[in-house]
Amino acid sequence: MIKYLATSDEKCKGCMTCTSVCTRLYFKGDNPAQSSILVNPAGNAPEAGVTGASGVASSAGATFHLVACDQECRRCEKECPTQAISRGKSGAILIEKKKCVGCLACVSVCPIGAMRWYPGMKFPFKCVACGACAVACPTQALELKTKEETP
Amino acid sequence: MNPSRSDFRVCTEFSYEKRPVRHGYNMRTLKVELGGAVFTEKPVPAEMKQKFVGGKGFGLRLLWDAVNPSTKWNDPENAIVIAMGPLCGNTNYPGSGKSLVVSLSPMTDIPIDSNVGGYFGPYLKFSGWDALELTGKADRDIIVYIDGDEGRVQILEVPEGLESDTHILAYKLTCAFATSEDDRQHVAVVSAGRGAEHTPLGLLNFSLYDRRRGGCRVKQAGRGGIGTVFRDKKIKALVCRFSGLTNDENNAADPATVQRLGLKLHREIQKNDNGQSKMRRQGTAHLMEVMNDYDLLPVQNHRFGSDPRGPELASWVWEKYFTQGLPDGCWYGCTLACAHAVDQFELKTGPYRGQKVCVDGPEYETAAGCGSNLAIWDPEGVLEINFYCDTYGIDTISFGTITGFLMECWEYGILNEVRTGGISLEWGDWRSACELLHQMAEGRGFGMIASRGTKYLTQYFAANFGADPRLMKDIALQGKGLEQSQYISKESLAQQGGYYLTNKGPQHDEAWLIFMDMVNNQIPGFEDKAEALHYFPMFRTWFGLQGLCKLPWNDIEPADNAKWPEANKVPEHVQNYCEMYTAITGEPLSKEELIRQSERVYNFQRVFNLRMGHGRREDDYPPYRAMGPVTEKEYLSREERYDRQLKEKMGLEPTSMPLPEKMAATRKWREKQYESLVDAVYKRRGWTMDGVPKLDHLAEIGMDLPELCDVAGKYQ
Repeated sequence: MIKYLATSDEKCKGCMTCTSVCTRLYFKGDNPAQSSILVNPAGNAPEAGVTGASGVASSAGATFHLVACDQECRRCEKECPTQAISRGKSGAILIEKKKCVGCLACVSVCPIGAMRWYPGMKFPFKCVACGACAVACPTQALELKTKEETP
Repeated sequence: MNPSRSDFRVCTEFSYEKRPVRHGYNMRTLKVELGGAVFTEKPVPAEMKQKFVGGKGFGLRLLWDAVNPSTKWNDPENAIVIAMGPLCGNTNYPGSGKSLVVSLSPMTDIPIDSNVGGYFGPYLKFSGWDALELTGKADRDIIVYIDGDEGRVQILEVPEGLESDTHILAYKLTCAFATSEDDRQHVAVVSAGRGAEHTPLGLLNFSLYDRRRGGCRVKQAGRGGIGTVFRDKKIKALVCRFSGLTNDENNAADPATVQRLGLKLHREIQKNDNGQSKMRRQGTAHLMEVMNDYDLLPVQNHRFGSDPRGPELASWVWEKYFTQGLPDGCWYGCTLACAHAVDQFELKTGPYRGQKVCVDGPEYETAAGCGSNLAIWDPEGVLEINFYCDTYGIDTISFGTITGFLMECWEYGILNEVRTGGISLEWGDWRSACELLHQMAEGRGFGMIASRGTKYLTQYFAANFGADPRLMKDIALQGKGLEQSQYISKESLAQQGGYYLTNKGPQHDEAWLIFMDMVNNQIPGFEDKAEALHYFPMFRTWFGLQGLCKLPWNDIEPADNAKWPEANKVPEHVQNYCEMYTAITGEPLSKEELIRQSERVYNFQRVFNLRMGHGRREDDYPPYRAMGPVTEKEYLSREERYDRQLKEKMGLEPTSMPLPEKMAATRKWREKQYESLVDAVYKRRGWTMDGVPKLDHLAEIGMDLPELCDVAGKYQ
C-alpha cells in the first residue's frame, strides 16, 4: 500500500501554511526553499530538467500548482547508486541517510521536481507523506491518501 | 577457497594519524617499500602542490624521485604510483572518481600513465593519502591493505591457493575484507591477473562493488603494462576499506557550488544524453557505427576504415546485450554512467568454459580493437575476448592491435600453423584469438612470443621468419613500443600527431582531432593543427591532474553548445571545471591557468622521457600504416580518394601513373606533411626542432627546476 499526499490545485489559496509546517517540522525554520511540498505559480513547469514528464500542467482555473512526491514513480530509487532510496514500512519512498552520499542524482531524475535539495545541505529531501501539512491546510487542498501500487 | 579476514597473516603494519581532507588535499603521500616492508609518510611540499597539482602530476614527481636514468621497469626502484588529485572523490560532479597510475613501462621504458575508475582511488584519498607509492619487491605474494577507518596499513601474506584472475580474486577479497554484506561497497580492490604474470601487457583492474548485481565490477588502468610491474613486485592485490563516505569528504571550500555545478550537469545529462551520445544506454560503444560511417573504424589491422559488416557490432547490438536501467557509474554521482556490463554471459572457451559471468563492457576500444580490427563480427566472440583480457589482466587495446598485426602476417604467409604451434590466425577467427589469449595468460606457446608486443615482433619475424623488415615496420601499429589505440588516423594528419606526438605513446586520451580535422575542416593549416595539438593535449592532461574523467566534458554537451565560439572546446563545461576547482580548493583558476597547470606537468613528462633516453624527434614517428596506404589493396580500396589527392594536393596526373608510382608519391607527400606538422607542433609547444623543451620555455611556465634544466640543457 502506498501512502501519498494528494493535492487539489483548485482549492489552494497560496497561504503557504503547508510549507511553514513542513520546514518547521523537518528543518526548524520557515523557508519555502526547504519545504517538501511546493507551492508553484500555476502554469509554470517545475524546475526539473526532464522533458515529457507529468506534473507540468496545473488544474484549469487554479492559481497555484502543488507539487509533492507521488510515492510511485520510483525513478530516484532506480538512479541511486548506493540504494539509499526505498519504500519504507509507512508506504512512502524514503532516503536512508546512512547510505546516502549526497550525489543528487535523484534530484536530477525526478520528473516533477519533488526530490529537493538545498545548497550546502548534506542530503536531498522529499515528502515522506507524514500528513502534517494536510492537517494544517485551511482549504483542504492537501489530503493524505493511500493507493495500490500499479505493477 | 573462500578466505576470511583472519586467513591473511599480517607481516608488518603501520598506523597513521587520521586527518580530514582539506580543500581536496591531504598534503601527504604514502610510500610502501615492499622489499624491507618500510612505510613512509611523506609530506607534500607547497611547491609540489603548486607545480604538479595532483593526480598524474604527483605520480610523475614521485616516480622521478624514485628512479634514476638507468632504471628498468623490473628494477626494484621502479615505482607504481596511484594518485588522485584535488577534485577526485566529490560525489556531485559526474566523472569525479578517477585514479591516475604511473610507472616505468615494460613496453616503452618510459613513464606510462593510465586513468582509471573504480572506488580504490577515492577511498585511498579519503583514507588520508594523496598518493600511494609502491617500490621494491616483496619476496613472496603479498597484499597491501589500507584500512581508512582505522588509520592502518598492513602488508599481508596471501593464503595458499588464492586465485590470481581478477573476477575471482576481487570478489573474494571484497567479501573477506567487508564486515558484512552491506559493507562490501566500502571495499575496493586493485588486482591484475595471471596474464600480468607472463606478459608485458599486464593491466590493473580497479574494482567497485555493484550492490544491485551483488558482485564486483572492474575498470582498467590498461595501457603500458603497469599490471606486469605490479606482479613483478609480487603484489597480488591492494585493498582499501573506507566506510565513511559523505557528500563532502573533500571538505570543499564552497560545497554548495560543487553541488550546484554537479546538479546542473546531472540535469544536462538526463535531458540531452539520449539525443546525443546515449552513454547511459550504450557507453562508449555508441561510437561503433559512427566510426564505420566515417571510414574511421579499424578493420583488419587498420587497413580499412569501414566494412559492410560494421553494423553487426553497432551500438544497438551492444545495447541489447547490456543490462539496462542500472546506475552504471564507476564512481558515485556519475550519471553519465557509461560503465555497462553484460550479465549472465556463458563462456565458450578457456578455463572458465561453461560458466556464466558478468562482462564489463565492451567499451569502444575493445569492440573496435578486438572486433572489427580482427574482422570478428560475432559480438559474442568480442565479449569472450573482453572477459578474458580483463580477468587475466591483459590490455584489450594492445591485444587487439597485436592480434590484428598477427592476422595480417598470417594472410601474407609470414605466419602459418607450424610457426604458431597450431593456431590458425585467419581474420575473424575469434576462437583462435582466444586460444592466443589463453596461451599468453599461461605463458606458453606462440602466445608467449606474441605477447611481447608489435615492436618486438617486427624484429622477430624479420629475423626468424624472413619477413620484409620494411613491411613489418609499416604495419606494426606502435609508437615508442606501445600499440596504437583504435581509430584510423590515415586521413587525418592532425590525429597522426594526436597519436604520435604524445608523451606515453599512441593513445587517444591526449587528443582526438579527427572530426575537427577531416570532417569539419576546422584546422586546415599546419599552425591551426599545431594549436589544436597544443591546446587539446594540455586541456585533456588536466583531467589527469584532478582525478577526473574526460567523458563528461564532451560526450555530453549543453543543448546550445554549437552557437558559442570555439564550440569544440565546450566552453560552458570548461567554465564548470574552473568553478569547481575553485569551489573545492578555494583557489582561483582561469581557463588560461588551467592550461598552464597541465603544461607544467606535460613538459615535466617530456623531460622525464629524455632522462630515460627517449623523448626526442626520432621517437615521435608513426608507422606508415597510421599515415597512409601501405599495400596496393589499401590504395585500391580508396583509389578515388587517393587519386584525387594526387591531383589536387600534389599536382600530379594519376591517370598516367602506374600504381606503385602513385603509392610512392602519396607516401612521400604524406611523410613530408608529417614533418611539417612536427615542426609546427614543436614550435607551438616551445620545444626545439628535436622535440626538447627549450630552457626559456621551461622558465616561462615556471618549470625551470634544476633537475629538468640539467636534463633538457644537454639537448638544447
